[in-house]
Amino acid sequence: MDGQFDDALTGEQKIRNFNINFGPQHPAAHGVLRLVLELDGEIVERCDPHIGLLHRGTEKLMESRTYLQNLPYFDRLDYVAPMNQEHAWCLAIEALCGIEVPRRASLIRVLYSEIGRILNHLLNVTTQAMDVGALTPPLWGFEEREKLMVFYERASGARLHAAYFRPGGVHQDLPPELIDDIDTWADEFPAVLADIDGLLTDNRIFKQRNVDIGVVNEQDILDWGFSGVMVRGSGLAWDLRRAQPYECYDEFDFQIPVGTAGDCYDRYLVRMQEMRESLKIIKQAIEKLRVTPGDVLARGKLTPPPRAEMKTSMESLIHHFKLYTEGFHVPAGEVYAAVEAPKGEFGVYLVADGTNKPYRAKLRAPGFLHLQAMDYISKGHQLADVAAIIGTMDVVFGEIDR
Amino acid sequence: MSDTPASTQAASPAEADAARNRARMAERLRERTEQLSDLAAHISGREEDAVLRTELLRGELTIEVAPASILTFTEFLLSDATSRFSTLVDITAVDYPDREKRFDVVYHFLSMYRNQRLRVRVSIREDEVLSSIIPVHPSANWFEREVFDMFGILFSGHPDLRRILTDYGFRGHPLRKDFPTTGYSEVRYDEALKRVVYEPVNLVQEYRQFDFMSPWEGADYILPGDDKVAADGHVSGAAPAKPAAKG
Repeated sequence: MDGQFDDALTGEQKIRNFNINFGPQHPAAHGVLRLVLELDGEIVERCDPHIGLLHRGTEKLMESRTYLQNLPYFDRLDYVAPMNQEHAWCLAIEALCGIEVPRRASLIRVLYSEIGRILNHLLNVTTQAMDVGALTPPLWGFEEREKLMVFYERASGARLHAAYFRPGGVHQDLPPELIDDIDTWADEFPAVLADIDGLLTDNRIFKQRNVDIGVVNEQDILDWGFSGVMVRGSGLAWDLRRAQPYECYDEFDFQIPVGTAGDCYDRYLVRMQEMRESLKIIKQAIEKLRVTPGDVLARGKLTPPPRAEMKTSMESLIHHFKLYTEGFHVPAGEVYAAVEAPKGEFGVYLVADGTNKPYRAKLRAPGFLHLQAMDYISKGHQLADVAAIIGTMDVVFGEIDR
Repeated sequence: MSDTPASTQAASPAEADAARNRARMAERLRERTEQLSDLAAHISGREEDAVLRTELLRGELTIEVAPASILTFTEFLLSDATSRFSTLVDITAVDYPDREKRFDVVYHFLSMYRNQRLRVRVSIREDEVLSSIIPVHPSANWFEREVFDMFGILFSGHPDLRRILTDYGFRGHPLRKDFPTTGYSEVRYDEALKRVVYEPVNLVQEYRQFDFMSPWEGADYILPGDDKVAADGHVSGAAPAKPAAKG
């Protein structure tokens, strides 16, 4: 039989690229993400993210609810750091109504925004480490997240969906013991951070999987509309808390960490350092809170009267009833309010028509733009790097799909 | 809510801090407004044909632009040294079904170099096609897909104008005001067929949309024989008519 072939192939052979589905159910997809990957061997040639599997029509629903009823939707966007989203909504309403938030409420907002930042970065850094093979960091990190969620619960009554920031301030004042406990936690946390740091920063496997992976430069940042750590990891010190200060961030002393290479490893380092900077802000906010007594809501048309007053004053009772049925009216106009959420610039574009419901509210999620660049960034990388890149992009589908 | 100046007597250190903060915010707003009014003058001077109107309110600059010139205008914003709006923050649309030019397409830009923001608004009719700004900002791709998905606005020159957020095979454009919040179809898992089936929406009870608008503000009463009614049929100072209450 030897030497009888007439169909033997010689020279270059034609090989078809291989298409695979990554997700929608994949532990490294960080949610319901479906990636259609075109592979040449193990090299990614094309990456088409299919999003919308968690689309709940938040923006449509918001148009038929009052401003206050809409607030809890924001917890469900980026459910890793809920209060940072609420913040943007409150800022938008306050800007249109011209409300000034009491100082104590402003400090509490800063305190909890930074707790949210640590919540987010802890989850991101440790689960990204899990994507590239380390199991211990998420276990250690989640222990700390649990403590922070208890702080959420003690302030608002809910571990996750807090609905704590309200237009005009925050819902309830913090008890002094809670402030003391956050202070104690802030003293203990650096040791935990150092432990995670010791596990990952010089870890050979972790570095092999992250260094020089997913490099973005300044032009990429502009082209793809990046924000947050995706910008700072590449050496641009752009942070809305510093560049366009909102709330009372400009009186806090903190640094803005930046990377140099713009790869996955630098983004990891930036997140670790940002947690330390957030701790500094938390410490300062606690010091200020201890010497700042006062109300936590700008009493007026936007906020309910104090509970005690409602028991004695008829007007207060009526006001309370009207506020929770009709809701407050926001003067007609439009505004764009943005905060430096842990994932990047989270913005709300609000069009009000003078009634008790928003005419249109657009939620601008940082992850939407980051994921859009997935095709651009992952091109030419190995299949295994896709998981590492998604991890440092820090995507959460609550905010991307809305 | 008070507009008291920062100089009022400060009783405690906390109040002094608050007053300082207030003064700083006011100063920042004033500075930003100044910068933006210069920018508005510059842009409308250079792009006379494109700019229809500029508006500066609450420290935010909005420029209304003719639909045909949106691509060249964004290109100008990017390349011009005094504006340098290099980051596209957002594209969205707002639906006004009663207007002849039904949709407002709203672009938000950011300049990290000048630390300025800008809103650009384009009004278009329902059948009008807007040119895509992907050649200038690649990040516009998904935003334009989303606007197409949600409002049905078409962008010419877009390489891949598919739906993005809604289901595969979805029909209609959900964020239009005439699209019902409940939608038209629903899905469920069918135990007999062992798969997910699509069915028309069947509500066990009517979708409850409460209108809590105060009747004192919402209604437009005209009393018979009321001498004080103005010529246009409105009582002077009365609020404009609100949609009738239902549910």
